[in-house]
Amino acid sequence: MEILVCVKRVPDTAENEIEINSEGNDIERDDLVYSVNEWDNYAVEEAIQIVDKVGGSVTVVTVGDEESEEVLRREMAMGAQNGLLLTDDGFEGADGKGTASILAAAVKKGNYDLILTGAQADDGAAEVGGMLAAMLDYPYASLVNTIETQDGKLKVGREVEGGNQDMYEIELPCVLSIQTGINEPRYVGIRGIRKVASVEIPEYGASDLGIDASSVGGDAAKVKRMDYFMPEMGEGAEMLEGSTEEIIEKLIEYLKAKGGLK
Amino acid sequence: MADIFAYIEHNQGVAEDSALELLTAAKKISPDAAVTAIVMGSGGDLDKVCNEMAASYNAVWKIDNAAFSFPDAEAARKALVNILPGDCVLLVPHAHLGMDLSPGLSIKMDSTFISDIVDVEGLDGNTLKVIRQEFAGQVSTHVHADIANGAVVNVRPGVFQPDESKAGGGEVVDKSGDLGDVSVKRKYLETVEAEAGEVDITKSEVLVSVGRGVEEEDNIETIFDLAEAMGADVSCSRPIVDAKWLEKPRQVGTSGQTVKPKVYMALGISGSFQHMGGVKGNPFIVAVNKNPKAPIFQVADVGVEADILEFVPELTEKIKEL
Ligand SMILES: Cc1cc2nc3c(=O)[nH]c(=O)nc-3n(C[C@H](O)[C@H](O)[C@H](O)COP(=O)(O)OP(=O)(O)OC[C@H]3O[C@@H](n4cnc5c(N)ncnc54)[C@H](O)[C@@H]3O)c2cc1C
Ligand SMILES: Cc1cc2nc3c(=O)[nH]c(=O)nc-3n(C[C@H](O)[C@H](O)[C@H](O)COP(=O)(O)OP(=O)(O)OC[C@H]3O[C@@H](n4cnc5c(N)ncnc54)[C@H](O)[C@@H]3O)c2cc1C
Repeated sequence: MEILVCVKRVPDTAENEIEINSEGNDIERDDLVYSVNEWDNYAVEEAIQIVDKVGGSVTVVTVGDEESEEVLRREMAMGAQNGLLLTDDGFEGADGKGTASILAAAVKKGNYDLILTGAQADDGAAEVGGMLAAMLDYPYASLVNTIETQDGKLKVGREVEGGNQDMYEIELPCVLSIQTGINEPRYVGIRGIRKVASVEIPEYGASDLGIDASSVGGDAAKVKRMDYFMPEMGEGAEMLEGSTEEIIEKLIEYLKAKGGLK
Repeated sequence: MADIFAYIEHNQGVAEDSALELLTAAKKISPDAAVTAIVMGSGGDLDKVCNEMAASYNAVWKIDNAAFSFPDAEAARKALVNILPGDCVLLVPHAHLGMDLSPGLSIKMDSTFISDIVDVEGLDGNTLKVIRQEFAGQVSTHVHADIANGAVVNVRPGVFQPDESKAGGGEVVDKSGDLGDVSVKRKYLETVEAEAGEVDITKSEVLVSVGRGVEEEDNIETIFDLAEAMGADVSCSRPIVDAKWLEKPRQVGTSGQTVKPKVYMALGISGSFQHMGGVKGNPFIVAVNKNPKAPIFQVADVGVEADILEFVPELTEKIKEL
């Protein structure tokens, strides 16, 4: 099975406090630790496991700049055979639809049976996978947490409310968005990344993909982010201050009063 | 102003809470717009939902077809493309169904998709102004969307107050005949119910809930120690279950359990809406987090800025001394 996995380079929110820059038009990116979107790691692991079972190959693709190459290498160190970087000055400022259009053009250039995305990324839109499927006219299932390969189709589970699982049969080729927990992504060390450091990663721009950059980039974006701001604290929590001992004392008083201690 | 529609999620003849939240969102987009509820399903329960919605919405479109005996987004998308006016605004709850349905629907309708909005600032000509969050709720953004060709807007459940005014008095119109072909390449087989666990956290009065801030599996022990000292049960956020450190029935959230404790203690949990979506009944929330800007502090009653790995054992000791 030929599998394409879409991955995005994102600031690691578990590692960083996200701050807004002084102009309010972006977050402070200088000291950010970047990594691959959490959900995408699960998608790549799943693709590798499928190929281990039924044969084929895994290609990881990202729309981004030169720095995005590092996430491709990281996923190749996990075991993806090929990487593909979609980059062009004209792609800058693409919205979710623009990103999906660029990915759709790359899909059409290849010959893939299965396309995986993460369920969502840092912008939290959870949109690229579903858009991509619609553009390609492929069937789609989101929030997938089990995949079983069958002849010409897959049996997949979608994780829904309450942790219940809706089971579907879906024809190939198709697009699936992957939910965390579907597997346990393997660890990649520095050594693994070094091994793939010199592997050639092809770069495609707008003309290679046969698309007009002005139809996918910032100028075409119908959804525009105007600024960043910190959400109003509202009433917010009463922050307990003082020495640890004082804080604990106050907290215990609250817990007693609210029935939190038995 | 284009027509506004709301996709009604319902279950066993009862509309979900989101149904009346969407109405509030619609009125914030345009106070005088006529808003139509779309109710898709099959068989007996459907009329009940339609009548319930007619009290609140200006009109109800009933779509009765065996293909919707189970809410299948693939088939729903095909039907909606055929029946909705091309330049309309469709509001959909940003939950498991909406994530499946909406992004592709916007492409098929050639309209604009705006995902997971948490507030509406209003409509200015063809520009819809909304508020979204990014980076798991750590920052907000003002978003302007060009909706001249219509829009599909996913609305975060639980953030808009439900519109209880029942000022609709709409008529139910049966649109089932206009669907066209709804055959799809994805077939629903069955729903596998989540397994029950050794503890039923939905019944717990006091929950000590642990998130990714616990950092390592070995540290979970300290959380159980605290829970034991307090006489509480242990619950957790999703990443703890994904890592297989705790079992799924302990997960609080939209894809886990809905809990209604008196006291909820969130330790190293950032407070994503999918997590907080499972915390109901207005409990007293205590949050301990090392990041003073963590979104959990916006919803907690009492907050402590601390490293849980240091704070929790000390708290446990003090409680044991009582
Ligand atoms: C400089 C800059 C300016 C931007 N301006 C705007 C703007 O004006 N308006 C706007 O709406 N957005 C803007 N964006 C956001 C950008 O286009 C987003 O990548 C897109 O909206 C999807 O992000 P998401 O996190 O919501 O993806 P989701 O839809 O939540 O991601 C789901 C999955 O889609 C795949 N995916 C997402 N993005 C990529 C990618 N780049 N490459 C490969 N796979 C991917 C991954 O598999 C991911 O797990 C801007 C981004 C940058 C860097
Ligand atoms: C469709 C869907 C359904 C979902 N359903 C659920 C669900 O049911 N339940 C759920 O929980 N999530 C769910 N999620 C995932 C959700 O979006 C978040 O990713 C998740 O809730 C984050 O968990 P967390 O707060 O533990 O981790 P993070 O967001 O990584 O937060 C960890 C927090 O710990 C703090 N921290 C780190 N170290 C320490 C320390 N030593 N001491 C103190 N604080 C520390 C950090 O500052 C941070 O605030 C769902 C996602 C999707 C897409």
